[in-house]
Amino acid sequence: MNEVDVRNWGRREFLTASGLALAAAPAVGLARTVQMPFANGARPLVRFPQKREMILLTTRPPQLETPFEVFNQGLITPNDAFFVRYHLSGLPDVIDPAAFRLKIGGHVGKPLEISLASLKRDFPIEEIVAVNQCSGNSRGFVEPRVGGGQLGNGAMGNARWRGVSLKALLDKAGLREGARQVTFNGLDNPPLDGIPDFVKALDIDHARDGEVMIAFQMNGQDLPYLNGYPLRLIVPGHYGTYWVKHLNAINVVDAQFEGYWMKTAYRIPDNDCNCLVPGQKPDKTKPISRFNVRSFVTSHADGAKVAAGRAVELRGIAFAGGSNIARILVSADGGQGWQEARLGEDLGRYSFREWRLGLSLQKGMHAIKVRAQTADGETQPLEQRWQPAGYMRNVVETLKLEVA
Amino acid sequence: MRSASLVLITAAALLPAAIPAKPLTYSAPPERTPAELSDAEGEVVVNVCSACHSLEYIVTQPRGKGAQFWKDSVAKMINVYKAPVEPADADAVAAVLAKKFG
Repeated sequence: MNEVDVRNWGRREFLTASGLALAAAPAVGLARTVQMPFANGARPLVRFPQKREMILLTTRPPQLETPFEVFNQGLITPNDAFFVRYHLSGLPDVIDPAAFRLKIGGHVGKPLEISLASLKRDFPIEEIVAVNQCSGNSRGFVEPRVGGGQLGNGAMGNARWRGVSLKALLDKAGLREGARQVTFNGLDNPPLDGIPDFVKALDIDHARDGEVMIAFQMNGQDLPYLNGYPLRLIVPGHYGTYWVKHLNAINVVDAQFEGYWMKTAYRIPDNDCNCLVPGQKPDKTKPISRFNVRSFVTSHADGAKVAAGRAVELRGIAFAGGSNIARILVSADGGQGWQEARLGEDLGRYSFREWRLGLSLQKGMHAIKVRAQTADGETQPLEQRWQPAGYMRNVVETLKLEVA
Repeated sequence: MRSASLVLITAAALLPAAIPAKPLTYSAPPERTPAELSDAEGEVVVNVCSACHSLEYIVTQPRGKGAQFWKDSVAKMINVYKAPVEPADADAVAAVLAKKFG
């Protein structure tokens, strides 16, 4: 009863099969669109297999963004609204869970081939609530603009992941002396030979920290196909580029892994701010790693109007790369005065954290800003920091609220 | 009827390993050629670029980045991602993209 047959789920078929109103998104070519709040930001809303209506960035390979209002509906992002990002268009056409094997090899004592049934039966099962965020989330807002996927703020999501710790698997295989990194490959492939396959690496200590997980469930269900069915790597606090989907090959290596997606792509300026003067080229780079701290207002959209004479209840989310959210400060006057918001339920240091604040506002326009601080003392910058690839945007967000 | 189906669901939930899991298949939803590339001039772009990816990649890029932005983008596809594109086609694609979106 856990199987989902996504065969031939074009838009029309999917809508029919799921019993949703065809009128909501009629024929291809007449899709509803949304306007992202940056230039050239018109995007169709589309349905892909196992997904509700999402913001389309690209069809092949699939890249789908979560409509932002979803983040105001709960701290956990539903599976059918969770963002999708692939690099290469050779998605697996078919995955047979009975025949699927996860291989662990390389610089180990005993190479393993593990079935899904064995993974679920023979290892301790763990759970963690953790945010996954694309390195290029919010790239469309970067000024000056940079090339790449022009995303709004919806290439992030928070889920409860269930699986087996990578440490348990590596312990079972046994590391050989000199093991230095662990590489991760999935069933998705390049569309043509010669294109570098999407393979990522973690240092051995990170791989063995007990937190990195091989997940088979997300929010109590099998992973959606487009989020990495049947297994994906969960790297809490780290950008989504490491969260390899359709994970089927883990390889321990005794040297620094030099694949394209580590050595050339997904690199950030290696300096104190991980930033550059716009247009500058970095002297030195390093692989992208942990999230920086971010926060958003989710209760109101930019330009929202609220009635005068009663308190405005603002609400939102914050998250960081592994340090708890300690404080949320909100300004209603463009950053001159700041008030502390109430923090909501704590689902762990890798989760979204809710915040709320009631404000009494005079009639007129108000520039609302929200700024998060972690227990480690990291705080969001008031001015944007620029990277050539548009990664790691975390400037304090500002939205206009009209009280009338 | 209601209690019967409840029993079935419970039994299935208790015995996940005993239920043979079926293969999942995926086929991508249909693609559209964006209006900006649907004319005769856009044909070379459609033919060359869509070998590896859908064309929203192109039309959603920021506008006004200059001809070099497009020349570099095409060069990256060939040099880094090993796209098998003839030099004449590469020049033609870069020129059309610069003219349309430069």
